[in-house]
Amino acid sequence: MSKWGMVIDLAACTGCSSCTVACKSENNVPLSDPTDIEASRSFSWLQIMKIEEEGHGRARYLPRPCMHCDHPLCVLVCPVEATRLDKDGIVSQIYDRCIGCRYCTNNCPYTAKYFNWHTPVWPEEMMQGLNPDVSIRPKGVVEKCTFCHHRLQSVTDQAGAEKREIREGEFSPACKEVCPTQAIHFGDLEDPNSTVSKLAGTNRAFKELEDLGTEPKVIYLREDF
Amino acid sequence: MPDTPAAVPVEAETRTRKVKFTQQMEDDLLLSIRERGRGFKLTVAILGSIVLWAVFAYIYQLRNGMGVTGLNRPVYWGVYICNFVFFIGISHAGTLISAILRMCNAEWRRPITRSAEVITVMVLFFGVLNVVFDLGRPDRALNIVTSAQFSSPLLWDVTSITVYFLSSTTYLYLPLIPDIAILRDRFPKARWFYGPLALGWSGTDKQKHRLEKLIGIMAIIVLPVAVSVHTVVSWVFAMTVQPLWHSTIFGPYFVVGAIFSGIAALIIAMALLRKAYKLENYLKQVHFDYLGRLLLVMTALWFYFTFAEHLTAYYGGEPAHMAVLMEKVTGRYAPMFWTMVVCCFIIPMALLTRSKTRNVKGTVIASITITIGMWLERFTIVVPTLVNPRLPYQRGLYTPSWVEWSMLAGCMAMFILMYVLFTKIFPIISIWEVKEGIEEGSDDTYDRVVSYLPGPEGKGTEAGGA
Repeated sequence: MSKWGMVIDLAACTGCSSCTVACKSENNVPLSDPTDIEASRSFSWLQIMKIEEEGHGRARYLPRPCMHCDHPLCVLVCPVEATRLDKDGIVSQIYDRCIGCRYCTNNCPYTAKYFNWHTPVWPEEMMQGLNPDVSIRPKGVVEKCTFCHHRLQSVTDQAGAEKREIREGEFSPACKEVCPTQAIHFGDLEDPNSTVSKLAGTNRAFKELEDLGTEPKVIYLREDF
Repeated sequence: MPDTPAAVPVEAETRTRKVKFTQQMEDDLLLSIRERGRGFKLTVAILGSIVLWAVFAYIYQLRNGMGVTGLNRPVYWGVYICNFVFFIGISHAGTLISAILRMCNAEWRRPITRSAEVITVMVLFFGVLNVVFDLGRPDRALNIVTSAQFSSPLLWDVTSITVYFLSSTTYLYLPLIPDIAILRDRFPKARWFYGPLALGWSGTDKQKHRLEKLIGIMAIIVLPVAVSVHTVVSWVFAMTVQPLWHSTIFGPYFVVGAIFSGIAALIIAMALLRKAYKLENYLKQVHFDYLGRLLLVMTALWFYFTFAEHLTAYYGGEPAHMAVLMEKVTGRYAPMFWTMVVCCFIIPMALLTRSKTRNVKGTVIASITITIGMWLERFTIVVPTLVNPRLPYQRGLYTPSWVEWSMLAGCMAMFILMYVLFTKIFPIISIWEVKEGIEEGSDDTYDRVVSYLPGPEGKGTEAGGA
């Protein structure tokens, strides 16, 4: 069984935000209007944080998708199992079962989950561009980055039909595909020969809030080496 | 030696029985049911319109989504969750205090247990209701049963509160039975209602014995259940890893706060009942004095827990914890935090430590400030943590919207309304227990006090104070 993970090279990231845009259009993430942004209710499954450092005269960028923890705290507290850790390591959401209590959003130490404050709306012209493979979430449920697991479904079907394992690079989320500097790597952390496994083993690798023991499967490579 | 114990009851006969239970007393205690005056109608009209307003607010929220609240990312919980903790806390007034006083054979409990138990049963409903208000998808609320996942503290809550509700309803109903029988006999027109509820009570010794045994058992069952309820409520927060929620003392801290606000609510209710139904002769100064002492103990305990909790966080100095702590003490939520300290500690301490101000007026003022202070306590526990999550990238601010305030007002109004309606259907002071107190309580107490004194070991020496 694979265990999907992501490595983000902070030295390569320019903060261009194309991953954010690709993620939004791939996953039918609702648009945020200025009132949403003012009320701190904007959506972005993959958010790029800009961290300005004093003295350096430059900014650092930190892309933040869902960490897909191996010990996910959100899964632990959900009263209806509407979020769970799948066998392949992806923390998924079941929109149809979520009761919208927002306990998971509160227990996520990474603040990586989003709640639908109202029914999502798109301008008429954009309705044509919605991704038919991804369901549109109703108001009142929680959602978050899924590592584009709808893509995994077709890849798994294909590999199953051809009676073989999924090949490296065959399954990758939208953010990885569009990154112009190839800062995002994606693959099977269980496979020791995969790129992500090798990168995760280097001394540049670190995880956010490692000391909490959540075992995130999004691994960062620090820039100053 | 053998003839000494026999001498005691004879002596008692001469000392007690100054008071007799009269028809007038029964009439006094049934006043609330017999009379439906203008005051009652006005109260129902005012409370009813507040409730209707809240219903409108909720429909507005249902139609437009949770966006009509002041909640945002990362402040996903707000007033509704504060209300939930607050109302469940108030519910500890009744059953817990009544059970403790009953088990201790405290004679002064007799006129106050019922009014306390009613608070428990009714206010619990509002605790649960506020969680439903908080759900993004209330239409799927039953998923909690059909897809239950017991690793979630919310499920522990559901379990614990259900057990508490059932046991405290039973505990309210059992001592009601003899009184319902009185109503059945006094109001033949309403026999269709009181008759079945009285379960054929005729006041025989056998029935009385059984009832008292059952009440005794329920009092014991209800105690650990009540403690579990607020412990589990606190664990909804304490089981997360968020700064200042993830605390080991939250269980006892919440239980103490619950009993604290519960006694305060009870005192306010008693003062209103006393005034509205002319019960000055039953809910006397001494009851307020004694409850005031209990409240004083809880004030001290509450302060101790609050101090311990905040000092530990401050001394540890972890940045994530300090961000929340400073938000409370000097930051944007400081006005609420310090109002809480004044309301929950300084005012009650000043009023309750002096016997001069520990009267009806003094205890009621202290109780009102405590009730406000305890709501603020829930707010300053829930919100500052969410405003300052562990990772500093997403900071927030939370100001409740009109919808949330309307719901709080609506819940309060609905609770008072239900309480008022209860007093119109059932006596709010237990008639048979007051009667029992007059006829047997004073003798029993005398025997008991004698049994504490040097002399032979006698019978009928149940433990406890008078």
